[in-house]
Amino acid sequence: MSLFVTLLAVAPSADIALQSGPHLDWFVFIRFLLTVASLATGLFFVLAGTFGVLRLPDFYARLHAAGMTDTLGAELIILALIIQAGFSQMSLKLMLVGFFLLLTSPTATHAIAHAAYKSGLKPMLGKYRAASLDEES
Amino acid sequence: MSVPLGYIFLSAAFLLIVAMVMMLARLIGGPTLYDRILAVNSFGTKTVLFLCVFCFIIDRPDGVDIALLYALMNFIATIAVLKFFNYKALNVDLMAKTEGREDT
Repeated sequence: MSLFVTLLAVAPSADIALQSGPHLDWFVFIRFLLTVASLATGLFFVLAGTFGVLRLPDFYARLHAAGMTDTLGAELIILALIIQAGFSQMSLKLMLVGFFLLLTSPTATHAIAHAAYKSGLKPMLGKYRAASLDEES
Repeated sequence: MSVPLGYIFLSAAFLLIVAMVMMLARLIGGPTLYDRILAVNSFGTKTVLFLCVFCFIIDRPDGVDIALLYALMNFIATIAVLKFFNYKALNVDLMAKTEGREDT
């Protein structure tokens, strides 16, 4: 609990000062708008993926919900942080984190799906389905 | 006029914690093994994001290194757990030619 109190005390130090009136700093303002838009979209994707993992009925459907939204949501949140960090050392590190997430997240999703299919976990099929390879040949 | 950017990032970190707790529910109650592995992988991704946002809030760029390390270790841990439950051992040469099983 004391951690949250400390965070609430620290948080205003990260504020950006916008001058009101005719001397509005448009660069800071547009950067702020881009940051908030990217952060909100990324958080929407991450939360939607989490709800999908909780609510969907089948393992492959859950994997589908988690794998794609995690990649895009993570990239968007890191993009928001990069925009706000500017041209600095932290921005380079965040770019590295985003690059490795972009590489490893789809690979891990593919590996999980492959291992589950190889171990004999059958997907839940509905009414409409693609033609099976065994039935055609 | 001051834009409350710190509070925006703080609420983002809080929402990421909420997502992590919801992913823990799938981790505990997952019906199959692969549900749990998926939950751990997604939890790790959200942990990386939370570390990045947290280091931005407290304005110290040191923790982004930890986030980078965590992203790589999360991937390696996922692959290692999948390999262990596929072969029931970790000391397996994946590049060796296998007879009998054409695809594993």
